Amino acid sequence: MAIISLALKSLLNRRFTASLILVSIALSVSLLLGVERLRVESRNSFANTISGTDLVVGARSGAINLLLYSVFRIGDATNNISWNSYKKFSENRMVAWTIPISLGDSHRSFRVMGTNRDYFQYYRYAQKRSLTFHQGQPFDQVYHAVLGYEVAQQLNYRVGQKIIIAHGAGKTSFTHHDDKPFEVVGILSPTGTPVDRTIHVLLQGIEAIHKDWVAGRQVAGRKISAEEALQKDLTPKAITAFLVGLKSKIATFKVQREVNNYRKEPLLAILPGVALQQLWDLMGVAENALLMVTVLVVAVGLIGMLTVMLAGLNERRREMAILRSLGARPGHILLLVTGESMVLSLVGVTIGLLLLYGSLLLTQPFVESQYGLYLPITLPSLREWFMLGLVGTSGLLIGLIPGYRAYRYSLADGMSIRI
Amino acid sequence: MPQIPAIQLRDLHFEWRSDLPEVLHIPKFEVTRGERIFIRGASGSGKSTLLSLLAGVNLPTRGEVKVLGETINRLSGSRRDHFRSDHIGFIFQLFNLIPYLSVLENVTLPCRFSQKRKQKATRSGKSLIDEATRLLAHLDMADDTLIHRPVTELSVGQQQRVATARALIGAPEIVIADEPTSALDSDMRQAFIRLLFQECEETSSTLLFVSHDRQLESLFGRHIALDEINRPAQGDH
Repeated sequence: MAIISLALKSLLNRRFTASLILVSIALSVSLLLGVERLRVESRNSFANTISGTDLVVGARSGAINLLLYSVFRIGDATNNISWNSYKKFSENRMVAWTIPISLGDSHRSFRVMGTNRDYFQYYRYAQKRSLTFHQGQPFDQVYHAVLGYEVAQQLNYRVGQKIIIAHGAGKTSFTHHDDKPFEVVGILSPTGTPVDRTIHVLLQGIEAIHKDWVAGRQVAGRKISAEEALQKDLTPKAITAFLVGLKSKIATFKVQREVNNYRKEPLLAILPGVALQQLWDLMGVAENALLMVTVLVVAVGLIGMLTVMLAGLNERRREMAILRSLGARPGHILLLVTGESMVLSLVGVTIGLLLLYGSLLLTQPFVESQYGLYLPITLPSLREWFMLGLVGTSGLLIGLIPGYRAYRYSLADGMSIRI
Repeated sequence: MPQIPAIQLRDLHFEWRSDLPEVLHIPKFEVTRGERIFIRGASGSGKSTLLSLLAGVNLPTRGEVKVLGETINRLSGSRRDHFRSDHIGFIFQLFNLIPYLSVLENVTLPCRFSQKRKQKATRSGKSLIDEATRLLAHLDMADDTLIHRPVTELSVGQQQRVATARALIGAPEIVIADEPTSALDSDMRQAFIRLLFQECEETSSTLLFVSHDRQLESLFGRHIALDEINRPAQGDH
């Protein structure tokens, strides 16, 4: 113990360089843990995008493509599903509920999604949380709209406001359904999922604004006003996709097979959990690269410590010779130097951990509001403890290098100091 | 009971490497307990090597090194380290002190490595700090402001006195001083040696004083030149 207290005093004497080493270790450790946390939480939030849904059904294409457009509102459907096919499966005796989805229009780059009131009842995200209203209520008329939280925030919309939907999903659209404005009746609470960026309307609303459209264009001379459209049959002819909830999970594969083998139309049913996993694996490369970079940053921090310790060793040969003359064994000298790196890496790791929690506390509200990513402030996970342990152990092992050199010096120098 | 000599060398040989010439060959050399001996030698004459052999830091190629009756070259490395810290106090030429320790911490440092010296230092029921302060006071370092100053801010003479207190704490049987006065001016030299004698007397320590400075040898009871006892220096090997 006497030696460790000597190591501490010696470090304190060189507090400027020692604190620089500490800063570099602490920063790299907090970066490593921060990236790890961000990685785990974004993965969780990703997996939380949709829950409670057993199958997603769309026109036959790829599983990831279907997931992307139906759940993440990214990209477009290759084809639609006929209303009849939807009807047939929604009445299947194994199916508990379905949510139809009709996409294709947008409002100021936010996607507009046609659905029905079942959406608010059955749609689940995260740990089976249902959608709640921040303001207002669900739609019950053709020209009503419910906004996701972020839509309302960014565009500064309130309940009662009229909005005009643009045709197509592009950022700038030149054709607007400006003859049929929608009234905002509700704004959903934030979910941290793509729901926040969606404008919800009834399927009938989508149908109504396209009543006088043929082949993607409004036909001149056949204009139908908003009121006239309400008189027409607004049952949609086709939808983009639908979500299925089953009465029993056991039936999942059976229903999936039925959908995939449906003869009248080429359909595809996917298990959202499996498709999410596949999608995440695609991003795994970037994720690993990021982790790799932070591991290298930690390595650079530790090598910095090694450099400083090796550089200081020559100046300390005198000190070690004095200690030897007073009865310090070569092992003590090894411990004196290695103990220093032990203290540095332990304190560095601790400060890094504090830094992580400090920055989590500071950035948590911002990250949640800007990116819809909730970063929980919890104790380090097993994996994080393992990482911390690895950094500490590496620090200790690296300290053996100058420690061993000092040990060799002290054997060679003895008490005679040649400086 | 016959007194065991403080130091006995028998047919001591030392060479750094087998292909290099022998540095030391001392057929016989003895120092009795309580003696104050001055060993004169020019730099490069093997003085430091001799001291490292006496301290057990290096081992002789052949021969025997007996300190206080113990043949230290037959002891294991860690036993030799223990033996050194228990029985020998050192004073070096310059930069003797550990820069990051306080004056008192420097003085009590040997007691961290030797239980024996710690016990001796606190035998009369005093604390280690009291004993260190007493020694410093004897060496004209009683001033409180001096004691609490960082050792790097002390003058060379003051540093040497702190080093002396460190060598003497816990009353080691042997005190080895390696050119301790070379950084001091001649007035301080005399004063320093007188203080050193006085303290060694009090603890009845044997003093081995190594220097190249002939002016000092008259102060010692016994003085020899290293070349007189060392054969390679005499050129007949």
